Amino acid sequence: MADNINIPHLARLARLSLDDAAQARAADDLGNIIDMIDVMQAIPTDGIEPMAHPLDATQRLRADAVTEQVERAIFQNVAPETADGYYLVPRVVE
Amino acid sequence: MQPYATARRLSAGLAANEFSAAELIDHYLSAINAANPRSNAFITINEAGARAAAAAADEARRQGHATALTGVPMAHKDIFCTQGVLTTCASHMLHNFVAPYDATVVQQLQNAGAVCVGKANMDEFAMGSSNENSAYGAVANPWSAAHVPGGSSGGSAAAVGAGLVPLATGTDTGGSIRQPAAFCGITGLKPTYGRVSRYGMIAFASSLDQGGPLAHDAEDAALMFSYMAGFDEKDSTSADRHDAWLAQIPEHGIGDLPGNLTIGLPTSFFAALDDTSHLDQVRRELEGLGHTCVDITLPNADAAIPAYYVIAGAEASTNLSRYDGVRFGHRCENPQSLEDLYERSRSEGFGEEVKRRILTGTYALSVGYFDAYYVKAQKVRRLISNDFISAFKQVDVILTPTAPGPAFEAGALTKDPVAMYQQDKFTVPVSLAGLPALSMPCGFAEGLPLGAQLIAPAFREDLILALARDFQRQTDWHTQHPQVAS
Repeated sequence: MADNINIPHLARLARLSLDDAAQARAADDLGNIIDMIDVMQAIPTDGIEPMAHPLDATQRLRADAVTEQVERAIFQNVAPETADGYYLVPRVVE
Repeated sequence: MQPYATARRLSAGLAANEFSAAELIDHYLSAINAANPRSNAFITINEAGARAAAAAADEARRQGHATALTGVPMAHKDIFCTQGVLTTCASHMLHNFVAPYDATVVQQLQNAGAVCVGKANMDEFAMGSSNENSAYGAVANPWSAAHVPGGSSGGSAAAVGAGLVPLATGTDTGGSIRQPAAFCGITGLKPTYGRVSRYGMIAFASSLDQGGPLAHDAEDAALMFSYMAGFDEKDSTSADRHDAWLAQIPEHGIGDLPGNLTIGLPTSFFAALDDTSHLDQVRRELEGLGHTCVDITLPNADAAIPAYYVIAGAEASTNLSRYDGVRFGHRCENPQSLEDLYERSRSEGFGEEVKRRILTGTYALSVGYFDAYYVKAQKVRRLISNDFISAFKQVDVILTPTAPGPAFEAGALTKDPVAMYQQDKFTVPVSLAGLPALSMPCGFAEGLPLGAQLIAPAFREDLILALARDFQRQTDWHTQHPQVAS
């Protein structure tokens, strides 16, 4: 399976831009990593329930009540660019 | 001041008025400032915050509100959010991130009066086994500057190992407390998944991440652990446990073992080592204490590293999608579009290994590969967990090596990620099963410390802490320290 890794596609999905040299390195490294991972394909797992939580705990639910406080100013203090309580990004719609 | 003093010794000295917390912190800060240019164990040294906390600790003691940690210096791995103090996760992505709140662990240790001297270096986003993946530079092993301290909690382990603090927090996703503890000659505990709150602990792989203590010995590790653990409603995976033995540690220390234990030694883990003499000696010591050692098998353990790199990569690629240059952290200059903002901010902010893990996880989660990789890895994870469940029907505790060998030379594995990943082959199976495990010093090879790993069933940290304490009463590996004191 390791020979059909499409690095530009994966980089695009992960929102990473890689130059040619970085793409070549990533292809080598990922090929080796996936080869290493493929060792597990040999293990029979028919009928085994996938394990999402190490102790099989289920999601704890809380009462449906408002517990959050509005702390926008505090959190926007660490934002790169804000104005009037909004986060600023480049124009999306012309 | 006695070099390499334990937290218990410092606590006793404070209680007996031998020195004040203010005097203590002066001593430790000057040692840290002198050592850090060579060691690089710290990303941030918070002198003003530490002196203020020490003054508050002295005042709390005067008023009769001292705990066993009041006035005791410690460090936080730079993965824990500290309000008003830079929290970088050793990433350029967070070079400017001053956390707006404290992690629960930070809050709890602060409430106990512990004095945080600063933030310890680590592998970027806790991804690494050598601390060489830090945007703030590598960390020297306190026993040999040419060797790595292990990772990802390398700064924490190096700081304790060098005597710069008696206690430090770490986090362990696949071995990141245990392996650096082994490499630096100290004791480190990875608690049961859910035991210590993950709130404010920057997420890497959420089904695996767990905070824990690094200390000189099991008693100190237990003491720090007792203040870190506990249910937290802010962490949706926090375990609602109230273990009496844990609550008694600050006053009474680690309790006695319920009796003689049966200790399992997984044959394949020992067969993988060239030299097991240090572990053979641990076995003899434990047998001398009255315990019985038996061989066991963990048949699927070889598949742990493959399954782990799928699961941890998938969870990392998801968790790290939050770094988008919009709300906090690094933002590229002059973004031309929203896509450009995302791509350049992330590409400039993340280091090589972080990108590798994100790409691995993206591959495992992508259309057409999800079942073959992610679901398959989750099934293998269950088989590995079942291996431990079967083993614990025969034995009380499991003994293994912590790492394949002592600390390796800096640069030795940086070009070969797959070889680096094998460093964690003895620690990762435990992580996948969510079990508690500790590493304790048990010998030397080429002048570098070696570690033994003890593994317990879920929520039975008491067994391995007591066993390590008893071992440390019989041996002096944990009281041996590097020649060059700080």
